[in-house]
Amino acid sequence: MSDTKNNWPLWEVFIRSKQGLGHKHVGSLHASDAEMAIGNARDVYTRRQEGVSIWVVPSESISASSPEDSESLFDPANDKVYRHPTFFVLPDEVNHM
Amino acid sequence: MIQTLEQFDAYVTAEKKIEPKDWMPDGYRKTLIRQISQHAHSEVVGMLPEGNWITRAPSLQRKAILLAKVQDEAGHGLYLYSAAETLGVERSDLVDDLLSGKAKYSSIFNYPVLTWADIGAIGWLVDGAAIMNQVPLCRCSYGPYSRAMMRVCKEESFHQRQGYSIMVELMKGNKAQREMAQDALDRWWWPSLMMFGPSDKDSEHSSQNMKWKIKRFTNDELRQRMVDMTVPQAECIGLKMPDKELKWNEDTGHHDFGEIDWDEFYNVLAGNGPCNKERLAVRNKAHDDGAWVREAAIAYAEKKLKTKG
Repeated sequence: MSDTKNNWPLWEVFIRSKQGLGHKHVGSLHASDAEMAIGNARDVYTRRQEGVSIWVVPSESISASSPEDSESLFDPANDKVYRHPTFFVLPDEVNHM
Repeated sequence: MIQTLEQFDAYVTAEKKIEPKDWMPDGYRKTLIRQISQHAHSEVVGMLPEGNWITRAPSLQRKAILLAKVQDEAGHGLYLYSAAETLGVERSDLVDDLLSGKAKYSSIFNYPVLTWADIGAIGWLVDGAAIMNQVPLCRCSYGPYSRAMMRVCKEESFHQRQGYSIMVELMKGNKAQREMAQDALDRWWWPSLMMFGPSDKDSEHSSQNMKWKIKRFTNDELRQRMVDMTVPQAECIGLKMPDKELKWNEDTGHHDFGEIDWDEFYNVLAGNGPCNKERLAVRNKAHDDGAWVREAAIAYAEKKLKTKG
């Protein structure tokens, strides 16, 4: 698990702030294993009741899209404004739909 | 997508945030690594002077409060090291630079903490100055730094209030207690004003950092705010500012105040403050004493992986 310098691996921390909400990324920390990562996450990121549940994920396990791909990934959504309901104008008489 | 310096500058000028994988100029990256890691080191070293007082706090409640504050400082250091790491540096390299004395941390922690009133003055003035510096950093153009600063700022205001409340309580006490509070203010006031850094005319990093929206206000602007904010708080509890030139200026709407002893500022910065050597020695000892814990944790994690097969 350790790299050449004997560093503890890096973990990404996700916290559910209350029941009913999803886990949200809050930051990262170093720990030797998952158990310690959860313990450290509790101390570092939930000192003021910020959470009811913690996920920790080894940072190296996360695959991320790259900024160079952002046009091909996200721009096609740009010209499909009809996906938003406000694209369709309702007659004045109809207030809600 | 950002690919050139022009695009980067335009993007930042438009108040958009830069994230770790975005292209950024080398200078921007270097400046942020330097600033964020120095900031993290300051949080870590800042625990040392206060940690000394945990066992000597005057009541169980004050002890619990100080313990919580010192724990917060550790947390702030960790948020900031994480933010620095998103720029492609190793945590251990940053820590090594602190331990070897290569990296700087805030000079304020090289002053001695002599009495319980100093713990009050530190929370009130040192954390007060830190908040003044940090609130604009929440809007910093670099996303991870800005997010770390939002967390820090949320927690920091408790630090300032607990410090001020120590001063309030001492000023309600007997003559010796009031003198202790005044003495702490006398010793911490000028070093706190020095926390904003050199005067604008001598500040080497200011203008580029303003352009890059790392910095939002100049050192002197923030220092003036600190003076204007703190003077009435001192007056309100009967403390006297240790500055003969301090007076309200009707025309500017601000307080005029005396000149900072810049020789002292540069001298402490150069490593010759009252506690520079002690702080680094204590930090190094703590790091060395913890070596077996770090090694044992790694060994345990590896053993568990093996037995899992």
